[in-house]
Parts: sequence; C-alpha cells; structure tokens
Amino acid sequence: MTEKEYDNIPGTIVFDADKSREGYHLNQFCISLRLQKNRDAFNKNEEAYLDAYPMSKEQREAVLKREWNLLLELGGNIYYTSKLAANDGINFQNLAGRMTGMGVDSYREMMLKGGRSIEGNRDKSEWGED
Amino acid sequence: MAKIMAGVGCSHVPAIGVAMDTGITHEEYWKPVFEGFKKSREWMKKQNPDVIFLIYNDHCTAFDARCIPTFALGCGAEFQPADEGWGPRPVPAVKNHQKMASHIAQSLVLNEFDITIMNEMEVDHGLTVPLSVMFGDIKQNDEWPSLVIPLCVNVVQYPAPTGNRCYNLGKAIRRAIESYEEDLNVIIFGTGGMSHQLQYKRAGLINSDWDKRFLDLMTEDPVGASQITHLEYLRETGSEGIEMVMWLIMRGALNENVTEIHRHYHVPASNTAVGHIILENNA
Repeated sequence: MTEKEYDNIPGTIVFDADKSREGYHLNQFCISLRLQKNRDAFNKNEEAYLDAYPMSKEQREAVLKREWNLLLELGGNIYYTSKLAANDGINFQNLAGRMTGMGVDSYREMMLKGGRSIEGNRDKSEWGED
Repeated sequence: MAKIMAGVGCSHVPAIGVAMDTGITHEEYWKPVFEGFKKSREWMKKQNPDVIFLIYNDHCTAFDARCIPTFALGCGAEFQPADEGWGPRPVPAVKNHQKMASHIAQSLVLNEFDITIMNEMEVDHGLTVPLSVMFGDIKQNDEWPSLVIPLCVNVVQYPAPTGNRCYNLGKAIRRAIESYEEDLNVIIFGTGGMSHQLQYKRAGLINSDWDKRFLDLMTEDPVGASQITHLEYLRETGSEGIEMVMWLIMRGALNENVTEIHRHYHVPASNTAVGHIILENNA
C-alpha cells in the first residue's frame, strides 16, 4: 500500500476513507449501542446481536474480547468504539488508560500534570518504530 | 440588516457538560475550567444576541457512517438534545431562526459552498456544551436565551475540510448573514479542540505551546492560521485536534482586525486542552 504522509506519526491511527471502508460494519454495530433497547439486546446475547453485522471474523473476535487497540487497527473509530466502552461502563478517560497501556490511574495522573508532551512523540523513529 | 458583532472560540468537551449536569463544577478538578468562563457569561448577557450561528461537529450522533456530509446546515424548526449512549443532556431543545437559516442555505450554495440541508436533526454535546458554558445553567423546561443556527462539519473521517476552505466558508457565511434583512445581532461560535488525542497509544497528547500560538493567530493572523496543514494538526495537536479547523470558519466571518476581549486556556478537562477566546469586530 502506498505510504501516507501521516503514517509516521507514532501511536496514532488516522481514520481515513480506507479505514472507514474497512470498519464500516464494525462501526455501525458500535453506534447502534447508542440506544438503550439495542444495548439491552446486545447484553442479553452478544453473539446473536453481532450476527446482524457482517463484519470480519477478526473484527467480531476483537469486539467479543474488547481488544480496544485492535478494534482501531481493524477500522474502528474512537467515537464508535467508545459506545461499546460506554456500554461496559468505561468512559473516555478510562478507555484511554487502557489503549495506552498505562492503566487508568497513571493516565489520569499524566493528564493532571499537563498531558503527554509533544516532545518525543512526533515521529515513529522517536518510538523506535519504522 | 443582520450583523455579526463578535466571534467565540470554545472547546466542547463532553465531560464539561456532564460536570454541569451533575452539579460538580465547584470541585477542585473543574473549578479552573469554569473560572475562565465567568467573564464570558457576563459578556454574553451584555451582548444578548438574537441569533448564534454555531459551528460544531457531530460525533456520529446525527450522522453515523452511513452518511458523512462535509458541511451540513440545520434548517429545521428545532433540534432536540440527543441520547449519546448515556441519556440526553437535561437542557432545552435548541430553537432555530428558520427563515434566516433558509436564507443562508440559499446564499451559500449560490456562493459555491454546496452544503447539505438538514430539516430533521438531533444535536449532541458538540453543540450544547458551548451553549452551556457560555450561558451558564439553563433548566430543561426553560429556553436558551438565543436562537441557534447549527452548522455541522465533518472532522471525524479524514480529511476534514482544509483550514483555507473553512476560512473562506466563514466569509461566505458573513455575506449570507449580513444580507439578511431583519435587524439582528448575531454572534458566531467556532467550537472544538484544542489539542487532544482520544485514541490509540498516543492518547493524552497535549501541546500547550502550539495551542497558545493558535490563539495568538486567531487574534493577529487569521490568514496565517488558515494555512496550517492537516499534517501539522495531526502531528502537533493529536488526531482529534484537527477540530480546530472549525474555529477558522468563525474567524473567517469576522473582520481581519478584531479586538480580543477575553481568553482562557486550561489543561485538562478529561483528555483535552480547553481553549476559549472572544473576539469583537472592530467598528
């Protein structure tokens, strides 16, 4: 695949048209959880509820296992996956604690101290990634 | 004729709405956030605008992945606060100045901004949080003090419209508003930002120096600000910082020379840097 100009930003997945295409059914599933009646149906039987959304096997597994980063890698967008998190009682900040691998408390502490610095976080090379 | 008196830039962090709705704004964590809006609320009372033209982004509420308009103008009579997954905010429905909205819709298309027209739309925190911070607590069975014309901008799926396009849209919005016959006092809001990243391993990114420079540019060099690239927003301000292009629509609708009345900046509100500015058009 052609490299995109934003590919070298570390720890970031840009939700572009390619991701949007890949994640369409996954995201539509997630957004359905905005409504209480759908949350009730999903919580009653997750597997059966997911049958209505023709997502890939990998995406479906990631939903069932709540693999928050993998969901984004497979085309999920944070405003969608956060609805699945909200269904589980996880708010944006706690979700970020999980996605960063820092845990909820140290993530919150970092935010109170002014957030993650831009220094050392501009380019993948600074993270020792390609 | 209608006239744009001033512009307001303002973050729309959902947690700010939750803090107001649950009555915890006096807590240590929230105090400094709301302190910075005290002066703004007094200013709003004095301005007493007839209409607020409010630019925001919908967070997959009115528009999920089925339909993603770049610019969508609210033309319906009123807009109900949406259930975003934790119940609708306990705030009043937002009432439109429908005649003016139709005039703006027509004027924009004839000026080559081919916007989407929304006659039915629920509104999420992107629209109601800026109203709440600027007006203070308004009870659900009361009314917002001003009519509101909403403009939704896609900033969820990349690419958002360019800063330059947004700045020029602001100019077209001004032409539209100021060619409307009724004598109305209008304030324009650009909302969202400032630096924040909600997703993946770099979540929590904040770039205060960059944000403060952006606030300076809002006052002193809007054309310069309109040339900031998408890549710069993504890299320097986090994947969700790109919301700041919406401030450029507001800024484009003001004079090149403005007076900065007030500014407020605080980190954090949840995952986000809160930024706010009030700019008045020089006479």
